[in-house]
Amino acid sequence: MRLDTILRVIAKIFIPFILMFGLYVQLHGDYGPGGGFQAGVIVAAGIILYAIIYGIAAAQRAVPPGLVEVMMPLGVAIFAGVGIAGFVTGRNFLDYSNLMHGDMVHGQHWGVFLVEIGVLVTVSSTMLAIFYAFAGRGRE
Amino acid sequence: MSVEHHAFHVTEHLPALAAVVPLIGAVAAALVRNGVAAWLVAVAVAWSLPVISILMLGQVEASGPISYALGGWAPPAGIEFRVDQANAYLAILVSVMAAVVLTGAPRSIADEIEPANRAWYYAVFLLCLCGLMGMIVTGDAFNVFVFMEISSLATYVLIAMGRDRRALLASYQYLIIGTVGATFYVIGVGLLLAMTGTLNLVDLAASLPEVEATRPLIAAAAFIVVGLGLKLALFPMHLWLPNAYAYAPSTASAFLASTATKVAVYLLLRFAFSVFGIDFMLANTPAGVMLMTLAALAMIAGSLSAIFQTNVKRMLAYSSVSQIGYIILGIAMVSETGLTGGISHLFNHALIKGCLFLAVASAVFATGAVRIEDMAGLGRTMPITMGAFVIAGLGLIGVPGTAGFVSKWYLIQGAAEQGMWWIVAVIVVSSLMAVVYVGRIVEVAWFRAPAQRAPREAPIELVAATVALAAAVLVFGLNTDFSAGVAADAARILIEGYAR
Repeated sequence: MRLDTILRVIAKIFIPFILMFGLYVQLHGDYGPGGGFQAGVIVAAGIILYAIIYGIAAAQRAVPPGLVEVMMPLGVAIFAGVGIAGFVTGRNFLDYSNLMHGDMVHGQHWGVFLVEIGVLVTVSSTMLAIFYAFAGRGRE
Repeated sequence: MSVEHHAFHVTEHLPALAAVVPLIGAVAAALVRNGVAAWLVAVAVAWSLPVISILMLGQVEASGPISYALGGWAPPAGIEFRVDQANAYLAILVSVMAAVVLTGAPRSIADEIEPANRAWYYAVFLLCLCGLMGMIVTGDAFNVFVFMEISSLATYVLIAMGRDRRALLASYQYLIIGTVGATFYVIGVGLLLAMTGTLNLVDLAASLPEVEATRPLIAAAAFIVVGLGLKLALFPMHLWLPNAYAYAPSTASAFLASTATKVAVYLLLRFAFSVFGIDFMLANTPAGVMLMTLAALAMIAGSLSAIFQTNVKRMLAYSSVSQIGYIILGIAMVSETGLTGGISHLFNHALIKGCLFLAVASAVFATGAVRIEDMAGLGRTMPITMGAFVIAGLGLIGVPGTAGFVSKWYLIQGAAEQGMWWIVAVIVVSSLMAVVYVGRIVEVAWFRAPAQRAPREAPIELVAATVALAAAVLVFGLNTDFSAGVAADAARILIEGYAR
């Protein structure tokens, strides 16, 4: 599909909007439907679209497999780290009430915000890792 | 709002740490990306869990069940981690088995798994351990499902990492059956939620007697029992197990055989005795007769299949099917003696099968083959490993002086109490069949001439782990206070159900 001008141009226009929409879904998760999982899938879909149109090699230059392999555990680490912050602030695991120095509302807000970031990182990288694994078959 | 500062006391967070420590370990193992470093992380994590579990048991014995409100949301609305003696004991068993297997694993893993995947293996191993520990400590029916999925997904990956290409098919088979099992479980939990409005196990136990319509509850019980039956590989729902254990990396087989099915048995016990209550189960469902029949069939059919295997890991896997039959048999007797036998067999079988699979891991390392024929003369070239194999094999048969005898004795006693002599006959016949399939290995390993080429030296840590478990089989066979005493405690707690 690398020779199809229409696809290439449209994809190039669309991908930034797809990524932006992913961030919107991520950040809007606090107030409406959305959250880290959906956002992660949307972000990964944007990169997968890039890979389909411009080739897997181009996508892997933009998002290297090595980075993907670090992002997968990193997201879990962010999630678990927020949980452990609960311990450190004298609360139970995943209790973010004390996260912002005793301001419970802000603590809860920041806690779930960071957790969702962790979900975004792991979900988007896992989707990409699965795609790379399938798309890379037979190339090695 | 006042700013409160509390110091972090490890002892207040033990139930959470039991699941969180392996999760963090899995992340660390995945991030270091080096097989040796990941192994060090895994061993450190794995040995911290028995400490956590033993501290939990100490707390439970000192001041009753521990309730931990995850995220600070009080149960029953929030997720509760709830530890009493029954699951504290199981946490010790699972964490010790994981620690022993991981300690013995590094060179066997280096031999069976390519360098790029070794760190992932340890990460996934710890993830599986996280799921199992979570299933043990949680007191929330839906949270059980979440941890079940964590451990199951990790297990599929562990199995698929076997070097034989058939490992992929085995993993896929288990993925299908395991997903069906987990789905059945969650359908059952959904029905319970619809009828009671709660997911907390203690709260469920309290609310169920007030539910008037029993039909949805019977459906829920059926879904949960069948779902867990698939996960614990009760005959005839065991078809995923032989291939999974046969083609997984050797140390993964040892770990899964001694822990994964045991946790599913624990959940079955929890639901049958603590949540639904045994009166409900016996009055409304044919669970007692059904489980007993299937258990008896498992004991005979599993042993029979084991006799005809040529792959030693498959043989041990079929033997597991029959041993799971013993455990379920003890549960289905619904008496304190029977349950003591079932639970002590759960503990003993974990030790015995862990030892046997680790011995086979050594043999695979030394000779590179898993066919029984290829073990010819191993008794002479690897006397310590095969000696441990014989001890654990005797335990499997149930020879006096080994752990297996203690639990079989209780099972026979339980059957005799209720005058079920056909069950006694089934136990004896199945044990005699164990003599045949264990005897085959012993004959090949000790009484045949070794193959021409000398086997490699097995790694010392793997042999040490095998010998440690063989020693445990003997210790718990001779010192029955601990193995049977612990099981009797757990049986009593389960029969009492949750304190209301």
